[in-house]
Amino acid sequence: MAAIETRNLTYTYPGGTKPSISDVSIKVEKGDFVLITGPSGCGKTTLCRCFNGLVPHFYQGELKGEITVAGMDVTKHQTHELAKHVGLVFQNPENQLFALSIEKDVAFGLENLGFSREEMRERVDWALNLTGIYDLRERSPHEISGGQQQRVAIAAVLAMQPEIIVLDEPTSFLDPLSAERIFEVIHELNKNLGITVVLVEHRLDLTAKYANHIIIMDEGKVRSDGETREILNSEQTRLIGVGIPKVTLLYELLKKEGMNLGDVAPLSSDEMTKLLQEALRIR
Amino acid sequence: MIEVENVRFRYPGGVEALKGVTLSIRNGEFVAIMGQNGAGKTTLVKHFNGLLKPSSGTVRVDGVETTKASVASLSRSVGFVFQNPDHQLFSETVEEEIAFALKNFGFEPETIQKQITWALNLLSLTQYQKTSPFMLSGGERKRVALASVLAWDPQILILDEPTIGQDHEQKEKLRQFIVQLQTQGKTIVIVTHDVEFVAECNPRVVLMKEGTIVADGEGKEILTNTEAIAQSSIVLPQIAQIFSQLGSLGLSKNVIDLYEAKEILLREWERQGK
Repeated sequence: MAAIETRNLTYTYPGGTKPSISDVSIKVEKGDFVLITGPSGCGKTTLCRCFNGLVPHFYQGELKGEITVAGMDVTKHQTHELAKHVGLVFQNPENQLFALSIEKDVAFGLENLGFSREEMRERVDWALNLTGIYDLRERSPHEISGGQQQRVAIAAVLAMQPEIIVLDEPTSFLDPLSAERIFEVIHELNKNLGITVVLVEHRLDLTAKYANHIIIMDEGKVRSDGETREILNSEQTRLIGVGIPKVTLLYELLKKEGMNLGDVAPLSSDEMTKLLQEALRIR
Repeated sequence: MIEVENVRFRYPGGVEALKGVTLSIRNGEFVAIMGQNGAGKTTLVKHFNGLLKPSSGTVRVDGVETTKASVASLSRSVGFVFQNPDHQLFSETVEEEIAFALKNFGFEPETIQKQITWALNLLSLTQYQKTSPFMLSGGERKRVALASVLAWDPQILILDEPTIGQDHEQKEKLRQFIVQLQTQGKTIVIVTHDVEFVAECNPRVVLMKEGTIVADGEGKEILTNTEAIAQSSIVLPQIAQIFSQLGSLGLSKNVIDLYEAKEILLREWERQGK
């Protein structure tokens, strides 16, 4: 069974004149690491809001087509039921944080699900450590930096250990090393615990290497959908104006000039270096 | 011209965020201030328009000490675009948002209208003229914030994390746009983590760490300085990573540009007779 499946999903916000997403049919398998990307305003965030039922239950508006998440029809299950299975990390962490201390913010979801004190303690500490904010746990989420707030929002979702994690540009305020560390953590959760990950990102240079599946959207529609390497290497993707990683572009430029670099396009600089080391004589 | 001399700054009852910063930015320069979260980047640039005043040391903008001028008067020449657009936006429509500062500066109605049209067009926002900024996506709101500052045409432009949430096309537009402003002699200071964006623009780079400046120089030179970069919690741009890993080939070290990389690698390939 797929983790997320939509069929001809079309949604218009209340008062909207045209649909924010239209005719979206996608399938995310259990254990997938999916990257959703596309120009801003393309409907990525709206699609993510469907995955935990914020659309249509909170935002109202008009939803057509079918959507099943973790085996549940989203239109027939409320957000709080879906929340046990799907964790969502928003673009702007301030919209998500409300408690008096970081620790309480991270524990909030667990309290609602009725975990024992010990288990709560254990999971909260685990999530705080993974995201590198254990030392900040007694501070107020409103007196820390934007980057630190993003980590709190991620920790709160990780603590729930949901089957599916949906992250909407979760590290945009973080410095690159901290961002990389968060992506590594998410990647580990995906690999080791089999958690399905849906990541919305513009910065493919940082994230393409983690994803086995990529979906590119434009003007509310799905333009490309498939295996990451294949899609990033296609002419069509270039035309949509997605930020292809520099290493992938360099590979293409050199291949066009006749350099023998094999048929597998690189997604990270490590992969590109290996290809170059094989093509050029390294003393 | 911005002159920062031995500036220290402590937040009331809190951390010392700047621990003796000296820096001078000439008119028409394009500078990227980089470094890890909490390094003091935003705190530093907030001194440039007087939003913050140094605890000790001095900041001069065009010769005027910021402690002797109001934020309002400094803002006329120093435009500041915040990291989080929601800290800046409050009007009911995009158009009103852009008009707000122009009205405050006392521009004529015709000038205001002209500037609004110009700014909307420049940032591809014309279709949202009558829309509430809060109906827009994160990336679009960011552009509204930028448009509202550009509209009054400040001489010095400070952009705090301008590429966050922007797609490839918008980033490319931003880059071209910065180049265009530079040709008009504007001073541009960006605070950013986006190494790939900086690699494409190749500005002067100032690296900060824990309230001090640890490196300052040409982008090409700083962004390929493995040691300084690691110290500042940034990563090398992808192209620089490849050249650093290919070290034993003896190729040029300071490469961050895609096309320069291509030329150098092709030359090496041909030299080896392949």
